[in-house]
Amino acid sequence: METTCPECEATISLNADTVEGEIVTCPDCGVELEVVSVNPPELALAPEVGEDWGE
Amino acid sequence: MLRVSIIGGSGYVGGELLRLLLAHPGVEVAHVTSERLAGKPVASTHPNLRGHTSLQYVPASKVAPCDVLFLALPHGSAAKRIEEFAALAPKIVDCSADFRLRDTAAYERWYGEEHPNPAWLGRFVYGLPEIYREQIRAASYVSGVGCNATATNLALLPLARAGLIDTDRDVIVEVKVGSSEGGAQSSDASHHPERSGAVRSFATTGHRHTAEVIQETGVERVHLSITGIEMVRGAVATAHAFAKSAITEKDLWRAYRAAYTPEPFVRIVREKQGIYRLPEPKILAGTNYADVGFALDEATGRIVSICAIDNLGKGAAGSAVQCMNLMCGLEETAGLEFWGLHPV
Ligand SMILES: [Zn+2]
Repeated sequence: METTCPECEATISLNADTVEGEIVTCPDCGVELEVVSVNPPELALAPEVGEDWGE
Repeated sequence: MLRVSIIGGSGYVGGELLRLLLAHPGVEVAHVTSERLAGKPVASTHPNLRGHTSLQYVPASKVAPCDVLFLALPHGSAAKRIEEFAALAPKIVDCSADFRLRDTAAYERWYGEEHPNPAWLGRFVYGLPEIYREQIRAASYVSGVGCNATATNLALLPLARAGLIDTDRDVIVEVKVGSSEGGAQSSDASHHPERSGAVRSFATTGHRHTAEVIQETGVERVHLSITGIEMVRGAVATAHAFAKSAITEKDLWRAYRAAYTPEPFVRIVREKQGIYRLPEPKILAGTNYADVGFALDEATGRIVSICAIDNLGKGAAGSAVQCMNLMCGLEETAGLEFWGLHPV
């Protein structure tokens, strides 16, 4: 199953056994994505976790 | 095996060329020159090469005809002696700035003197494969690239090609560089207690590499400032340009992918999580990679485009070897496969 990243438009392949609610990471932009539908495959930005990236 | 020689092998670019060429599967290094160090082992100045070669420096007069000649001489020397070198090899890669500019007026403006050998300017192809791959394949003479120019060019190229820049506004580029850019010659300013820990604004205006950026990107209103920081190798260009119309980050992704998919040595680095989210020169030391990333301030239309390289790698010797591979029909990545280190 192929779909695109809603953040950067990278093509993302999902395994055949992917289920709704799974979290995947975009290989290009690194964003966390939630599988909101598998047929057809569709991804949405996952809720962000706390940020600990700084200087 | 190609027989190659290096004219001017004792400096930092010469040493990096030697390191790459000695390990290159398709190349045999015949001669390496230094007038000052003739008779001394090349490993006496490049200690990382100990045990890998018994080559000794020879004076340039001892260099035998070969397949490819690399020139790593100080500014102006290659242009004055190019006929002599061209008699030694059918293919030349010159790492100096002597043959980078096509326009003699631009050369005079930025170098403050007449070009010593303008008849040869048109015979050289600018050695950035990301722009001139096909021309380099067919070329006999290729000019190496400027390190700061390369970081800046690769940062601006996707924006210029996609026509995203407002050309009525100025593009400002700050380049942070390691101390090896100053070359192997010591000076009062490079004395360790003076240089260590310094943040040295050494070329605030008028840097010569600006001419290469204008020539290769077509961005006329571009301004460079160079700052030396606490790093031996590496250059990172941070370019600030304004979008000519409202854009989103997706437009930037499209522009960068259009410019660099599938370039073997340019990676788009713009990640939402992790430690290394944008290009970072330290993990590129010793590699031929250019990592390019971006950010957009949607409220003002300011695009920040960032490119990191090893100044001696992609910024000099790495690009030169990549060009040799193209000129000689070798695999483009041959001899340039090192991935870099982490942690480092
Ligand atoms: Zn993505």
